[in-house]
Amino acid sequence: MTGLGSGRARGTARARQAGEEVRLLTGWGRAGWTAATVAVPADGAEAEKAVRRTAETGGTILPRGLGRSYGDAAQNAGGTVVDLTRCDRIVSFDAAGGLLRAEAGLSIGALLRWSIPRGWFVPVTPGTRHVTLGGALAADVHGKNHHRDGSFARFVRSFRIAAPAGTAEITPEGDPDAFWATAGGMGLTGVVIEVTLELIPIETAFMSVDTERAPDIGTCMEMLARGDGRYRYSVAWVDCLHRSRRGTLGRSVLTRANHAGEDDLSQSGVKVADPLAFSPREVVRLPLAPPARLVSRTGAALFNELWYRRAPRRREGEIQPVGTYFHPLDAVGSWNLAYGPPGFTQYQFVVPNGSEDVVGRAVSLLADRRMPSLLAVLKRFGPGDPSPLAFPAPGWTLALDLPLGIEGLSRLLDEIDVMVADAGGRVYLAKDSRLRPGLVERMYPRLDEWRSVRRRMDPGGVLVSDLGRRLGLCGAPQPSAGRAAAAGAGAAAGAGALAGSQR
Amino acid sequence: MIDGTGMPQSAVLLGGTSEIGLAIAEELASRRLERLLLAGRNQRGLDEARDRLLRAGIGNAVTATCDVTRASDVSALPAVALEALGVVDLLVVAVGDLGTADLTELDTDRVFEMFAANTGGPAAAMIGFAATMVRQGYGRIVVLSSVAGLRVRRANFVYGAGKAGLDGFSLGLAEALEGTGVGVTLVRPGFVRTRMTAGLPEAPLSCEASQVAQAVVRALEQRSGVVYVPSALQPAFGILRLLPRSLFAKVTR
Repeated sequence: MTGLGSGRARGTARARQAGEEVRLLTGWGRAGWTAATVAVPADGAEAEKAVRRTAETGGTILPRGLGRSYGDAAQNAGGTVVDLTRCDRIVSFDAAGGLLRAEAGLSIGALLRWSIPRGWFVPVTPGTRHVTLGGALAADVHGKNHHRDGSFARFVRSFRIAAPAGTAEITPEGDPDAFWATAGGMGLTGVVIEVTLELIPIETAFMSVDTERAPDIGTCMEMLARGDGRYRYSVAWVDCLHRSRRGTLGRSVLTRANHAGEDDLSQSGVKVADPLAFSPREVVRLPLAPPARLVSRTGAALFNELWYRRAPRRREGEIQPVGTYFHPLDAVGSWNLAYGPPGFTQYQFVVPNGSEDVVGRAVSLLADRRMPSLLAVLKRFGPGDPSPLAFPAPGWTLALDLPLGIEGLSRLLDEIDVMVADAGGRVYLAKDSRLRPGLVERMYPRLDEWRSVRRRMDPGGVLVSDLGRRLGLCGAPQPSAGRAAAAGAGAAAGAGALAGSQR
Repeated sequence: MIDGTGMPQSAVLLGGTSEIGLAIAEELASRRLERLLLAGRNQRGLDEARDRLLRAGIGNAVTATCDVTRASDVSALPAVALEALGVVDLLVVAVGDLGTADLTELDTDRVFEMFAANTGGPAAAMIGFAATMVRQGYGRIVVLSSVAGLRVRRANFVYGAGKAGLDGFSLGLAEALEGTGVGVTLVRPGFVRTRMTAGLPEAPLSCEASQVAQAVVRALEQRSGVVYVPSALQPAFGILRLLPRSLFAKVTR
């Protein structure tokens, strides 16, 4: 007979070390919660040791940063999770080339607080600054400048990674396979310990922003395609609920920007004591999880209406702080709690140029089924990078937050998934929590190539995530705790009672 | 794994020939369920059920003989399931023995057997799988209770008393599992038209097995701890439970 044991600590794959504890983990979408032994190394050497120990004892391990992946990418049920947020030191900075060496747990927010006053900015930032460098590399994040600059890994000059096969410094020239399997590899090739990142120089901590409105999704896409060359940063916010009286869908607000120079500041008449001062603040914070979802259809429609009405028809050269332009949602702490207990998903897909109709059809399906989506983000991607699991590809990406547990949502997203896959597009693994596993090979046709590099870096399959298990990214399912449990209970009488055929 | 919408990829159906259980399996197979173990007493019935599910398009279905009233069968089942499935995302407990409430048919053995089938066996299986799931770091148990256990009535008092025990056990287990990543969903259907209830006088608010299955999927999506099928039974039993005993007996005769 097997027992529950005392507490939840018992039965994890290996004996816990000092400072480790079993914790429930989830993603930013708060959809699925799984328990893992969490280790919080104080430095890279400790992180490396955790990888080695796990490999030796037959357990599984996964790096985790600030937990901003929406789905289950940073969870490892029944195994070990290495929380790298204490490894957040800046190691060195070479002001001549803008090359920063830092530990992988350093967040973009913390980095910007250090670098902006010195006149440097991160080359790529996602919509939140609360991501670590390691996480940004693992998800190969993109920002509003992808059409021009590509994604994060393109600015990574090298990184140090603790893989089960050994710890190594990897550069795109020295070991391109390992480099690009780790960029976008969702943490499944090893624990990245340090990163060398190329920063970009800025004159001020402000952006010069042009805002325009588009009456429908088609016009919005035309405007983006036409004008993007003039802007380093470009994005559109799309209302996926509103249908005009003429039946058009997807009214949008385009906000496109360049870094403001000192000239821009003086011309616009904005007076600041220190043009490089950077002190982003959280304006409010949700103190605790509400018992029910705060996002409703009516609420979402109202919010979208206000957002659209508030935006000027056309405004040029508005000076905005970088935080306001890049990370508007960071002003509201724990905003993800508003979606209530079943959590939410951020559905993000990309389709290649020429498949613009898929974006239109997706928006129309979402509007027809009255899915309560707050503003969706539409952006044009430039060329993807060489990663076999790269999400961006030249084309269009749409991202929208949707509360889970809504009747009909699962099947609707399944439907859009198929349209996306048929068009040669894909959904973003860093956001996913619900893709049908059968589609992943179609969306990521170079998956086998990635698997073979991964096998070289992690021959024993030590690096495991819930995302990887769910989608079969690493091959056949490999239950870490499951094996141990089977051996333990195998002595019980009648264990051979399995009958019938297995197909 | 269980995905963000609460849908499992692997499951064990204890009561592998149960119509409600199989309806749940079919509903889940139309979502994300890929691997299923059917466990039950009647091997021929299990084989037929498996073949039907395979025809319905489930990727992988296997069977295991397990008599839930035998402790050794129940304790061996989690290991058998891990062997067959790799991991157990979901356990559906859909066993029950309506038996009899006729004093001329009830004897010591029959009462022992009915409680083993309705309470002891299912509870023991839940504990075994709960331990497996705690080690996995996640999992979900769906247990078919019954409104018959909310207030036991004369017409099926042995069955109802057994379900009352299972119902209370499940609620307690759910609390005990908090913080482990393992959850329990307690399903309280009313009169469901199946083989088990064939020939019985139909109660108000009766429903089909497929309705129970849809309600279970909704409950998994919502992470609900308790679900009534149909949902109108919740307020109805809220009142019925408060009636004085003599009046309750008259109303439910």
